[in-house]
Amino acid sequence: MSDVQQNVHAPSANEVVRLDSVTRHYRVGDETVRALDGVSFSIRKGSYWAIMGPSGSGKSTMLNILGCLDRPSTGAYWLNGENVAEMDDNQLSDHRLRNLGFIFQSFHLIPQLTVCENIEMPLLYLGVPHAERVAKAKMLADRVGISHRLRHLPSELSGGQRQRVAVARALANDPAVLLADEPTGNLDSATSIQIMALFNELYEQGKTIIVVTHEPDIANYAKGCIVLRDGRVASVNEKETRP
Amino acid sequence: MNKQLHNFLPFIRLGLTDVWRHKTRSVLTMLGVVFGVGSVIAMLAVGEGASHQALDSIKRLGSQNIMLVSVKPTSDEGGNVSAQQGRLAIYGLLYDDEIRIKETIPNVLLTVPARMTRRMARVGEKQVELRVVETIPSWFDVVQRPLLAGRVLTENDHITCANVCVLTEQGVRRLLAGEGVTGERIRIAAGMFEVIGVVKNEDGGTVRAPDSEADVYIPISTGTRLFGEANIRYSAGGMEGEKVELSQIIVKMESTETVEAGSKAMEAMLSRYHKKKDFKVDVPLTLLREAERTKRTYNIVLGAIAGISLLVGGIGIMNIMLASVTERTKEIGIRRAIGARRSWIVMQFLINTCVLSIGGGIIGLLVGIAIPFIITFTTEMPTIIQPYSLILAFGISALIGIIFGLYPATRASMLDPIEALRHE
Repeated sequence: MSDVQQNVHAPSANEVVRLDSVTRHYRVGDETVRALDGVSFSIRKGSYWAIMGPSGSGKSTMLNILGCLDRPSTGAYWLNGENVAEMDDNQLSDHRLRNLGFIFQSFHLIPQLTVCENIEMPLLYLGVPHAERVAKAKMLADRVGISHRLRHLPSELSGGQRQRVAVARALANDPAVLLADEPTGNLDSATSIQIMALFNELYEQGKTIIVVTHEPDIANYAKGCIVLRDGRVASVNEKETRP
Repeated sequence: MNKQLHNFLPFIRLGLTDVWRHKTRSVLTMLGVVFGVGSVIAMLAVGEGASHQALDSIKRLGSQNIMLVSVKPTSDEGGNVSAQQGRLAIYGLLYDDEIRIKETIPNVLLTVPARMTRRMARVGEKQVELRVVETIPSWFDVVQRPLLAGRVLTENDHITCANVCVLTEQGVRRLLAGEGVTGERIRIAAGMFEVIGVVKNEDGGTVRAPDSEADVYIPISTGTRLFGEANIRYSAGGMEGEKVELSQIIVKMESTETVEAGSKAMEAMLSRYHKKKDFKVDVPLTLLREAERTKRTYNIVLGAIAGISLLVGGIGIMNIMLASVTERTKEIGIRRAIGARRSWIVMQFLINTCVLSIGGGIIGLLVGIAIPFIITFTTEMPTIIQPYSLILAFGISALIGIIFGLYPATRASMLDPIEALRHE
């Protein structure tokens, strides 16, 4: 069975992400812009995918919907077994908090908080007690190789280090999916390779990863690639499946 | 929700660290509240002190007393004042009035007549004009003055028309330097007087006691015998004189309940005998009530001013918080993307403003307590800090944090996370 299928049944247990004929329309003046126009695919637990496409292909809209920041106009999006299309704002927030780990192009760390506090943040909202939060933040910092910088502010770190902190923060809530948006867009190539190696490690450890990018080099690290064009899925290529 | 409750404590920490990380801005924002709260407490303390002093001096006049005071009538009313008498103006209260009051007005306990004049006094080479109160011994029962030395006038002094006098502290200062003044002899106009005692002065205040300017007390019988009842002054145009039998009659009623009726009856009765309006009736009880009313008005005005300054402080907070929301748009976007609910963003900003306003409130409280002390210390003006003003000012400052924090916090929470993340 392929990781990507086109059907309209409820997701099976190992389908962590599934979209069924998802559309997203915007009204711009009198015109309706179809940013997504009937997208369907599903992603198995523990796989590593890239979503590619030129600008205007609906990539950003896809990212917002996958990230539960936006809802489909029509169609269904299941994340970890729950249909996001039917959720209200609070449920959407809770869903993000429990099931998603975001990694952004420009890191998006909070400048006033230390590395440790930044990593802790999702745990704070999950209501984890302070001591437990700090312990977990240390563990995660260790995992991404940034534990020597816990007391520093983001502004005191290099780009690569900042992105490692962002990865640690994304992992804090043990998310069902790690969602990365151009994770190397602000990094030089040497650092990019290090970050992609880290992604690979995470994949080896069993994490589900989706990277949205327009760079083929970066997409190459992934084990499969979905190409979007004009709001539709143009092609689905899978290089390897987890044994 | 249990979960939100669980989350509350970290949010307080978050609010506190937010404030701490923007120290300068926080301090500047707090200033509005600091001065608002400080001025509420300080103003109320000063107002309370001033009115307390006024009420106190009225109370010392005695709430059972009624003061009848001779007033020089205005010339158009009293055409006959000087017509037959040349330049001698005859007006005012009479001994007969005192007798009439005693005989016709019910519930009168005591009447004390007094005549106040200015006369030259001399000790050795030193010559000063003294304010003389000619009265009877029971004056000191009605208008109480602490005795500093010697004794006050007695019935015997009055009957024998003794040449004795009681000086006030101020009188002593003006006439005699040094201590041990009792037994000293002073000349007042045509008579020699022995100083038999010294009493404490009325200490000013906003309401004048009947003897607030007095320097010396002598028996009224002695005064009449030595000086007569006319007070004649020589001036460039010739001479000018006044004949006033009594400058004042203090009537002490049996109880405060009878004061008002008594004063009305007296005014009506005296008006029948006095063709011209040459007296007035002062009732300390009425003055007291008026003073209390004034105090209330005063408090309302002060409260309004202080309230406005608190409002301004609150608007200042709101302003800064709105700016802060704009500045922190991206942070809000990040927090929302990670999974913070709208209500948690509201809470974060609300706690932030509350920390500012309550912090400002605490500092303002200290400022508000310090200012009255400084005022009292430097100007000797009495101030009284009312406990209720502390609670009021502090409570309002906390309330302001919530009210003026709500709008910026809601605005922060309504930001679309996608837009907020894109914000630079």
